[in-house]
Amino acid sequence: MLWPLFLLVTAIHAELCQPDAENAFKVRLSIKTALGDKAYAWDINEEYLFRAMVAFSMRKVPKRETTEIAHVLLCNVTQRVSFWFVVTDPSKNHTLPAAEIQSAIRMNRNRINNAFSLSDQTLEFLKIPSTLAPPMDPSVPIWIIIFGVIFCIIIVATTLLILSGIWQSRRKNMEPSEMVDTEDKRENMITVENGIPCDSLDAKGGHINDAFMTEDERLTPL
Amino acid sequence: MEKARPQWANPLQFVFACISYAVGLGNVWRFPYLCQMYGGGSFLIPYLIMLVVEGMPLLYMELAVGQRMRQGSIGAWRTISPYLGGVGVASVLVSFFLSMYYNVINAWAFWYLFHSFQNPLPWSVCPLNGNRTGYDAECEAASSTQYFWYRKTLNISPSIQESGAVQWEPALCLILAWLVVYLCILRGTESTGKVVYFTALLPYCVLIIYLGRGLTLHGATNGLIYMFTPKVEQLANPRTWINAATQIFFSLGLGFGSLIAFASYNEPSNDCQKHAIIVSLINSATSIFASIVTFSIYGFKATFNYENCLNKMILLLTNSFDLEDGFLTASNLEQVKDHLASAYPSKYSEVLPYIKNCSLESELDTAVQGTGLAFIVYSEAIKNMEVSQLWSVLYFFMLLMLGIGSMLGNTAAILTPLTDSKVISSHLPKEVISGLVCLISCAVGMLFTMEAGNYWFDIFNDYAATLSLLLIVLVETIAVCYVYGLRRFESDLKAMTGRALSWYWKVMWAGVSPLLIVSLFAFYLSDYILSGTLRYQAWDAFQGQLVTKDYPAYALAVIGLLVASSTMCIPLGALGTFITRHLKRGDPAPVA
Repeated sequence: MLWPLFLLVTAIHAELCQPDAENAFKVRLSIKTALGDKAYAWDINEEYLFRAMVAFSMRKVPKRETTEIAHVLLCNVTQRVSFWFVVTDPSKNHTLPAAEIQSAIRMNRNRINNAFSLSDQTLEFLKIPSTLAPPMDPSVPIWIIIFGVIFCIIIVATTLLILSGIWQSRRKNMEPSEMVDTEDKRENMITVENGIPCDSLDAKGGHINDAFMTEDERLTPL
Repeated sequence: MEKARPQWANPLQFVFACISYAVGLGNVWRFPYLCQMYGGGSFLIPYLIMLVVEGMPLLYMELAVGQRMRQGSIGAWRTISPYLGGVGVASVLVSFFLSMYYNVINAWAFWYLFHSFQNPLPWSVCPLNGNRTGYDAECEAASSTQYFWYRKTLNISPSIQESGAVQWEPALCLILAWLVVYLCILRGTESTGKVVYFTALLPYCVLIIYLGRGLTLHGATNGLIYMFTPKVEQLANPRTWINAATQIFFSLGLGFGSLIAFASYNEPSNDCQKHAIIVSLINSATSIFASIVTFSIYGFKATFNYENCLNKMILLLTNSFDLEDGFLTASNLEQVKDHLASAYPSKYSEVLPYIKNCSLESELDTAVQGTGLAFIVYSEAIKNMEVSQLWSVLYFFMLLMLGIGSMLGNTAAILTPLTDSKVISSHLPKEVISGLVCLISCAVGMLFTMEAGNYWFDIFNDYAATLSLLLIVLVETIAVCYVYGLRRFESDLKAMTGRALSWYWKVMWAGVSPLLIVSLFAFYLSDYILSGTLRYQAWDAFQGQLVTKDYPAYALAVIGLLVASSTMCIPLGALGTFITRHLKRGDPAPVA
C-alpha cells in the first residue's frame, strides 16, 4: 500500500530536483585537491551532513524557520563529486525561490565550508558568487612611510654635505688673508706669458726642460 | 691661484666609476633578449668579435682623449681642433636628454622597492571590483603584474594624445631619485669616488645571490637549455651582427662624454689601456652573467605558467565531464582527451573552444626586453618564489644601483664641461651648478610622470641617443686619427703613459672602427626610412594588452627635433668657430 505513495514521492522528487531545474543549484566538491591524503570518501552520510547544513542556512532566513532536512533534495551525484540540490517548501510541492537560497548560502558560506574542511574554491556553488575577502587596506599606505624615511635621510645627508662644504671654503678663505703679509706676493699671481696662462699651456703637451733652474733655486736659501 | 683639477683618490675609483657607468640596465634587460632572439649560445660569437674589434678600441680612445686633454668633452674636442667644439656640445646635449628620461627608471625602481615591504606583494593579487564579487576587469583581462605596472605605477592613458595629469606618486619618486643623484655628485669626484664602490660592487653581490636562487628554482634548467642552445643559422642573418655591434656600442656608453669626463680626473701617467680592456671585458662578462640569471628566471616562469595552464585544462575537463577529482594528471591528459573526444563528441565540441594546447616552448619563446622585462616578467617570477618580499627588495635594489651608477656617469658628462668653463665656474660654485642641472632635469622629467609619460619615455629611449651617438663617435674617431693626427696622438700617449701604442689599436682606430660605425649608421638610417611611419605600442585597458598605433604629427616632430638638435651641433659648432675666427682676422692684428 505504501508503494504507490513511495513512487509518487520519488516521482515528485525526481521532478523537483533535476539538472537545470528551476531553483536548482549545482554543487561541486574537490575533496582530493583540498585535502590530499586526508581526503574522505563522499557517501550518503556526507550527503546527509550537506542537507543538514543547507537546512540550517535556510532556517536562519526569516519565514523559513521550519525548514527540515527532508526538504532538501539532492540528485545526480557524480564521481566528480558534483550534484544538484533544491529546497522545497513544507508541502513538498514547490521549490523555494533561488534568490532566497542564494542569500542564505552566502550568509553562512563560512560555516558550510568549515563543516567539510573545504574552502570557497574547493566547495563551489555554481551561480552563487562568494564574497571575496577585501585586501588589507592600512590607513596610511606602507610605501609612503618607507618613502618618507628615506627622503628625510637623503635630505639630512645632502644638507650636511652642503654645509660642510661651505664651512671648509670659509676656513680656506680666512687662511690666505692671514698669510698674505708673510709670503711673497709674486707666488700668488698666475704666471702669464703672451697673454696665455702658463697652466693651460701645459695641457698642450709642453715638456719640462730640466736645464732651466726653477724660481726657488735662483736665490740661495737663508 | 688656480685650483688644481680634482682627481680620483686612487685608480681603483676610476675603474669602478667606469664599470658602474658601463654596467647598467642594458646589460640586464637588453642583452638577454638579444641573446634569445639571435641564436642563443651562438650570439656570443658575434658579440665577442664586436667587443674586440669595436668596443675595446673605441673605449680606449675615449679614455685616452680624456686623460690627455684633462678636460670635459667640450674642452677636449676644442683642444683637438677648434672647429670640433660642436662635438663636445653634441655629447653634452645627448647626455642631457639621457639624464632627463633615465632617472625615471630609477623612480620606478624606488616605487617597486617601497612596495616590496608588504604581504602579499601588491602585484601578486588583483584588486576587487566594485561589488566585491570578482576581480577588477582590467586585471582579469591582463595579469596582476601587468595591471600593477600599467595601472598602478604608470596609470597609462590609451594613447599618446591623451596626456592626462602629472601623477603625484611617480613624481615624488622622481624627486627622490634626483635628490639621491645630487647627493652623490655634490662634491664632484670626492663624493662620486666613494659612491662608485657601492654602485659597482653591490649589483654583483645581488646577481650572485640571484644566480644561486635562480639555478635552484624549479624549471630553471628548462630556460637555460632552451636559451643557450646555439642556433647557428642565425649567424648568417645580418641583423645578428648589427645588433651585436649596436649592443657593444651602447652598452659601453661611448660618445656621451662620460668616459672623457671620468678619464680627465686621472693622473696623466695612468695606464688607461689596461683599464679600457678591463672595463670592456667586465662589461661583457656581466652581460653574459646577467643573462644566465635571467634565463633561469625565464625557465622558472615558463614552467610555472605551463603547469598552471595544464592545471587549468585538467580542471576544465574534470568539471565539464564530471570526472573523478584527481583522475586527470599531466601525464594522462592527452590520452583522456582523445578518449573523451571519441566517447562524447558533442559535449567535447562544446568544450573545444576553451581548450588550449599548453606548450612549454611557446611560454619560453615569449621574448621581452626593456621595462617590460624588468618590471613585469621579473616581478611575475618573484611573486611565485618563497619569501618573495626578500627577493623583490634585493632585485629592485640592484636595479637602483645599476641605474644610479649610470646616472653618475651621465651627470659627470654634463657637469665636467660646465665646471671646466671659466665663465660659469667663476660665478657659481660647483654645488650650485650641480643643483641647477638636477633641478632642470627633474622639472622636465615630470613630463614622464604624466599619464602618457611612458609613451614619451619610449620616444626618448628609442630616438634621443641612437643616431646621434653613432655620428658623434664617428666624428670623434676621424678627428683623433685624421684631424689631430694619429702619429701626434701616439707620441702624446707615449709621453703621457710611457707605453708605445700597439699596431692593433692604430689599425682599429684608423680603419676598422670607423667603417663599422658607418655601416651601422647606414643600416639604421635606411631602416628608419624604409619602415615608413613610426609606430608605438599603446596599452588597451579593455583588452588587457598592447596595441600598435601611429605617432601623431607633433610626436614625429619631437623625434625629428631630438635627433636634429644633437647632430646639428657638430656642423654648427664648426661654422660658429669659422665665423668668429673670420671676424677676428678682420680686426687689425692685436698681439705680436
